[in-house]
Amino acid sequence: MPESEYNPPPLPQPFTNTPASQITPIYQGAEAHLYKTTFLSPPIPAALKIRPSKPYRHPILDRRLSRARILQEARCLAKLVKEGVAVPALLGLDWEGNGKDGGGSWLVMEWVEGCVVRVVLERWEGVIKARQGYMGGIEGEEEKVVRRLLRRIGGAVGGLHRAGVIHGDLTTSNLMLRPFSRIGDQKGNVDSGEEEEGGSSDMEGDIVLIDFGLASQSSQDEDRAVDLYVLERAFGSSHPRTEEFFEEVLSGYRESYKGAGSTLKRLEDVRMRGRKKSMIG
Amino acid sequence: MIAIGLEGSANKLGVGIMLHPSDGSTPQVLANIRHTYVSPPGEGFLPKDTARHHRAWVVKLVKKALKEARLSVNDVDCICYTKGPGMGAPLQSVAVAARTLSLLWGKELIGVNHCIGHIEMGRLITGAANPVVLYVSGGNTQVIAYSSQRYRIFGETLDIAVGNCLDRFARTLHISNDPAPGYNIEQLAKKGKELVDLPYTVKGMDCSMSGILAAIDALAATYGLDGEQRDEEEDATDADSTPESDGVSESRKPTRADLCFSLQETVFSMLVEITERAMAHVGSKEVLIVGGVGCNERLQEMMGIMARDRGGSVHATDERFCIDNGIMIAQAGILAYKTGFRTPFKETTCTQRFRTDDVFVQWRD
Repeated sequence: MPESEYNPPPLPQPFTNTPASQITPIYQGAEAHLYKTTFLSPPIPAALKIRPSKPYRHPILDRRLSRARILQEARCLAKLVKEGVAVPALLGLDWEGNGKDGGGSWLVMEWVEGCVVRVVLERWEGVIKARQGYMGGIEGEEEKVVRRLLRRIGGAVGGLHRAGVIHGDLTTSNLMLRPFSRIGDQKGNVDSGEEEEGGSSDMEGDIVLIDFGLASQSSQDEDRAVDLYVLERAFGSSHPRTEEFFEEVLSGYRESYKGAGSTLKRLEDVRMRGRKKSMIG
Repeated sequence: MIAIGLEGSANKLGVGIMLHPSDGSTPQVLANIRHTYVSPPGEGFLPKDTARHHRAWVVKLVKKALKEARLSVNDVDCICYTKGPGMGAPLQSVAVAARTLSLLWGKELIGVNHCIGHIEMGRLITGAANPVVLYVSGGNTQVIAYSSQRYRIFGETLDIAVGNCLDRFARTLHISNDPAPGYNIEQLAKKGKELVDLPYTVKGMDCSMSGILAAIDALAATYGLDGEQRDEEEDATDADSTPESDGVSESRKPTRADLCFSLQETVFSMLVEITERAMAHVGSKEVLIVGGVGCNERLQEMMGIMARDRGGSVHATDERFCIDNGIMIAQAGILAYKTGFRTPFKETTCTQRFRTDDVFVQWRD
């Protein structure tokens, strides 16, 4: 992201008193602005997510959507933490923000170390592209590492669905890779704790799901399958080189909980939908 | 290099002529002629009637276009036609016309994807280099970004297109289809004030419109606003809104204008939201709106506010280029022609299903 022209909106109420050194803008997403700040005491980092009101939207519609989404997000996070799924823990929120104008609703969460899977895969694709110049094909070791990563992603999504939550916007930008190294990692014991041997360390770590802004609670195969389909399409459009390994995500998913089989069957139906697909074959 | 483009995937028949000067300077539009099949209020256009319209008009339009461009048949290098997607019968009638011209004139044919035509024309007119494209029309709703030789679809409608949703609501209200139902909805919406509650369905970067249409149709029926407009009702609502307009307006009966306003506000918010999500995802700051619904000024305004807040800008065109036309087919066709692409006579068919990402885009880096 070219950070040069990025002008974050004014902070909502309680954060106007936070010293500037303790609140740094990180990223402007589609719906929200993300800051790194501290919680209770300076050594505890936290993520602050502000959803500024959208001036293009009719104010009534805007208020209705912001309120519904931030509360939904909070409920899902709270539920997932309780179920032991690797997500940032919810620390606090205000759905009204400053009230009528400006500010916007906000949410404070546990800070997650590491980087998003999109960046990890882009880095990997860059390496592969550079190498293919004189070797061709994806080498055994590289392939194994990326396959392992995708399998863990499948496991993480399975854990989420097992807990009865649908993410609603599964892309590689909404998956984080948290390095294993931290010892006080109580919540990280999901599916993947054992494989800590060496190898390409930049692809190792826990998958942490973030950004539940479009999440909802459901245990229906249909919703789960659509969630997977969104992820599949995100891989296809942003990481064409990893498309052939997407099956690893699905096999990771299959092993992650009991009802996964019927969801995957439903996924085949969902794939057949979509407009203007050629119906040959 | 000169290309003639024939477009007829829906109710518009368009013939356009593009010139790409050999010195590489800016391409020029030599002729851009369109004739629209307009159905009566309360009705949509049926494939067979639309095809009949295209068959009746295509010769006239081609002659007129050549005359306007001051060209003879010999000056034309290739004939471009819409291969799909669109309605079957109208597509066929135009494909037959293109094949006939090809045999008659001895020129090569280029089959063009309609969506690619919109994108390339939008890029040419606005000069947007690598934008996120929102393609919104009566048959398509897609958020597209270019990546390694393909226009990739990041988000799209899961059921009906946004233009279809607006057109069908115009039918419910018996609003005129002249010049376009969407245009008349837009004008009526300018008088609307009250926002009624409608479903809002965004799923990741996809959206769904059919439930919204069903909901607003039901609302119109409940308030007796469907069918032809009754004269007395407009006066009545005007009268009772004035005395207590600042009170609790919840119980006030919405007008036809309010419904059009609410429908536009809701579906356009969804479109801007999915476009913004795609922009954040690919890290782009430019948006290009193409397709018939792209003429809507409220949509352009909303998109402009969103783009401004992201430090970017929005590119849009007017009805000459937004609404289906022949030059966009000529433009996309000529780009492919220059890379050596040809559609052999045997393959000059058309298809109702032809995805944007099926086309290999050889003319871009």
